[in-house]
Amino acid sequence: MDLPIPRPNADTRPYWDAAQQDRLVLQHCADCGAPQAIPRSYCGTCHSADLTWRESSGTGKIASFSVVHRAPTKAFRDQLPYVLALVDMAEGVRLMLNVIGEDRLDTQIGDPVRVVFEPRGADGFKMPQVQRSPA
Amino acid sequence: MPRKKHTARITGVADTAMGELPGSTALGLHAEATNAALKDAGLKAQDIDGVLCGYSMTVPHLMLSSVFSEYYGISPSFNTAIQAGGATACIMLANAVALVESGACRHVLCVTGDNRLTGMTRDGAVAALATVGHPEFEQPYGMSVPASYALVAQAYLHRYGITRDELSAIAVSARKHAALHPKATKRDPLTLTEVSESRVIASPLRLLDCCLISDGGAAVIVSAADAARDTRNPVRVLGSGQGHTHEHIMAAPSLTDFGCKASSAMAFAQAGVTAQDIDVAEIYDSFTITLLAELESIGFFEKGEAGKAALAGELSQGGRLPTNTHGGLMSYGHSGAAGGAFHIVEAVHQLRGEADARQVPGAQLSFVHGDGGILSAHCSLVLGKD
Ligand SMILES: [Zn+2]
Repeated sequence: MDLPIPRPNADTRPYWDAAQQDRLVLQHCADCGAPQAIPRSYCGTCHSADLTWRESSGTGKIASFSVVHRAPTKAFRDQLPYVLALVDMAEGVRLMLNVIGEDRLDTQIGDPVRVVFEPRGADGFKMPQVQRSPA
Repeated sequence: MPRKKHTARITGVADTAMGELPGSTALGLHAEATNAALKDAGLKAQDIDGVLCGYSMTVPHLMLSSVFSEYYGISPSFNTAIQAGGATACIMLANAVALVESGACRHVLCVTGDNRLTGMTRDGAVAALATVGHPEFEQPYGMSVPASYALVAQAYLHRYGITRDELSAIAVSARKHAALHPKATKRDPLTLTEVSESRVIASPLRLLDCCLISDGGAAVIVSAADAARDTRNPVRVLGSGQGHTHEHIMAAPSLTDFGCKASSAMAFAQAGVTAQDIDVAEIYDSFTITLLAELESIGFFEKGEAGKAALAGELSQGGRLPTNTHGGLMSYGHSGAAGGAFHIVEAVHQLRGEADARQVPGAQLSFVHGDGGILSAHCSLVLGKD
């Protein structure tokens, strides 16, 4: 069974379009400067509609993680055990991503990570993910 | 500005049989709980002028309260459904309190029920629950409810050095209480080792850190103060409060402090009591970490101390804060929105002195708490003897 592919909407399309070009972009408010993780039409801090997209450094730290042994759906069963993580990006937003790579099961809180793009499904839809980066 | 004192009473409570109930339906469980709660209150169906329903996973519907009222055969003058995950029952009760105190209603029925064990597959239930995750930014990464609570648990263990046994003690303490409740699903003795050796679901959470999936229903009737006079054994609602900080766990402002801090502070202030005054607590416990984090965030225990307290028996009968005296969601049962209602039913039984073998002697004040999503939506209640 195929892993789910995100279905972008008007709020989120620039994020996913950039990911298809191996770029991580994040929304920043032009009025108050706040960055936000989940893209929206309005700033979740000051409610302004004046939002801009900026390139992310692609680096962050593991805020928390879990090695998942019980999949929520059939599609994820083939992936077990996989690492679900909350990643604090250098820009100050927190993303939910998977830690991938051979050493993923060694993940610890505080580990530095960098964003990579993992193709998924027949059309190779690219998902931002993270790998542990050597200290 | 201090909030007005509450005057509403809880006049009827009931839950149905619990666990695996072949032949049950979500709406049938609603009706069964309603009949039992009416009987408990000494009221008749025609006394009910307000109906609040929750949600059902086996009967997903845009208008569950209309569907229920038709099914049961009543035409209330106020009728709506409320959806706040595990906080639904407490938020229904808070809404019912507002309705009777405003004069809009005399007797409000809050009713929930789901046959999510026999009415859907276990896989189906796990998949349906995972839809609280963001459809683009969480679910495609294999987020599940246990895995999300595991993210909280991992952060919590890391920050406060909680041991495996401290977490396990939360489950063991619930099981000890369930053994005293004839309706509880899991009544066999449970050891710390059994919890720590149960299979990993999402590290650091293991199977026995997780709540059950059950069929069951519950109903709570809330009445205006004057309308409560001729009911059997009313209980006072003294304080209520809510806290809402996020829906998605990736957007939570903290992984160790949650909306229960604000919701409980509101409820305590309105009731004019403190956490130290509470005789018995019935707190949402979808996972061991849920209860541990809530006990500490609410202020019943210092950070890092709730697990140690559980190990020392402080959450058990005779301890400092007997908690989830019915066995909670891990051992009594969990039927979705009704799961949080079981905590209310138990609190009322305790305050009325009707809790039989599990009665906390002289219980005057109870704290009840519901949490929905991933520690997202919180509602706290302080209940007291009338
Ligand atoms: Zn802004």
